[in-house]
Amino acid sequence: MKPAPFAYVRAESVPHALEALSEAGDEAKVLAGGQSLMPMINFRLVKPSVLVDINRIPGLDVIEDLGLRLKLGALVRHWITASDARIAEHVPVLHETMKSVAHMTVRNRGTFCGSVSHNDPAAEMPMITLLLDGAVHIASPNGPRTLPAAEFLTGPLTTALEPGELVTAIEIDKLAPGAGWGFEEFSRRHGDFALAAVAAVLERREGRATEVRVAIMGVGDTALRLPQAEAILEGSDMSAAVVDAAVEAIRGSLDPRSDLSASSDYRRHLSGVLAARVLKAAWSRAEELA
Amino acid sequence: MSELVDITVTVNGVAHARRVEPRLLLSDFLRHELGLTGAHVGCEHGVCGACTILLEGRSARSCLTLAVQADGLDVETVEAQGTVEALGRVQQAMRDHHGLQCGFCTPGMIMAITDMLRHHPLETDAQIRDALSGNICRCTGYEHIVDAVRELAKERGPLP
Repeated sequence: MKPAPFAYVRAESVPHALEALSEAGDEAKVLAGGQSLMPMINFRLVKPSVLVDINRIPGLDVIEDLGLRLKLGALVRHWITASDARIAEHVPVLHETMKSVAHMTVRNRGTFCGSVSHNDPAAEMPMITLLLDGAVHIASPNGPRTLPAAEFLTGPLTTALEPGELVTAIEIDKLAPGAGWGFEEFSRRHGDFALAAVAAVLERREGRATEVRVAIMGVGDTALRLPQAEAILEGSDMSAAVVDAAVEAIRGSLDPRSDLSASSDYRRHLSGVLAARVLKAAWSRAEELA
Repeated sequence: MSELVDITVTVNGVAHARRVEPRLLLSDFLRHELGLTGAHVGCEHGVCGACTILLEGRSARSCLTLAVQADGLDVETVEAQGTVEALGRVQQAMRDHHGLQCGFCTPGMIMAITDMLRHHPLETDAQIRDALSGNICRCTGYEHIVDAVRELAKERGPLP
């Protein structure tokens, strides 16, 4: 339960962090909030040669308003995301989701970008990033690059981040005015990792659902968008029959793993139950706001 | 063996300069280097909350924090809350409401409660329970701890 030895670099700037990362090759790890990395280091599941601490880099703890999108810097901690007024106003689905992210003390340290970069299949932030067509800003020795969330999130605890690179910010869509949204999660204990969670956003125009986006987590190798369900719902009147069809499509498209907490069948069933609730909540919110 | 690092950490208002290995956890720094054994070490992977301290005024798991990360920063531990003769306000409320039995989780509880009193509304029992949910107690069943926090929150009044 004690970490293996490593060298420590406190990065003063993004270029300094990149320099330290490139010197260490693929044995280096970036330390931000540390709420997922440090347990793995304590268990020696991860044994970095160098730990590059980005916590003192100025300017990374900022949420920037880009007009149609918000950009969250690499040191925006969960408690900031949870209490930011712009997120509450423009991205209420994220504001609501924050209530299910870990516990107070962990939220004090953990970061939005860190959670996405860690990409635990049962963590909320990768799902929200995927739902809101997020883009991941990456500082790289070859210059900055930006990846869509769907290309960044490649597998369980795996991303498209190359050795020597650093996630500096993630941008996500604001919801359109009047958009409906829903989020539902089921976990054994509130704040723990989810057995499954579903989130959706949609708009209502002339009694029809448009711009429907649905995402799920806890049931695959990473968070997933659900294009089949989105296609069924897009342009529909969101009647019970349509929602049922979408739920069946979701259940049919999933192949969850069985583990200690839940069987594959249970997770597939749960996914449908949560999806039905989320879609109904999103539609009635859009109705209220119309 | 990695290169040792010189750090100065201010704990409960006193600056402590030490030379440490980068891998030294803040929990072990407090306990072994400074002899402050108030922060307890339970799970050592951030689940139990017994090692909770305040880092720059907000609660943090000292087992998920490296001592080198606290260089130049302010740490508060349960030792600053009061003495056996003169308990701090949170300690007194926990005692009054029988908020502890074995006491293993109590230092972490007290530091988490100190954070939530500074930063969280705590207007309802649901909010209190949510704020306490990162600290595990295997004795009390939590009811008496919730009672203590409810009284402290009432005494504090609404946040500005």
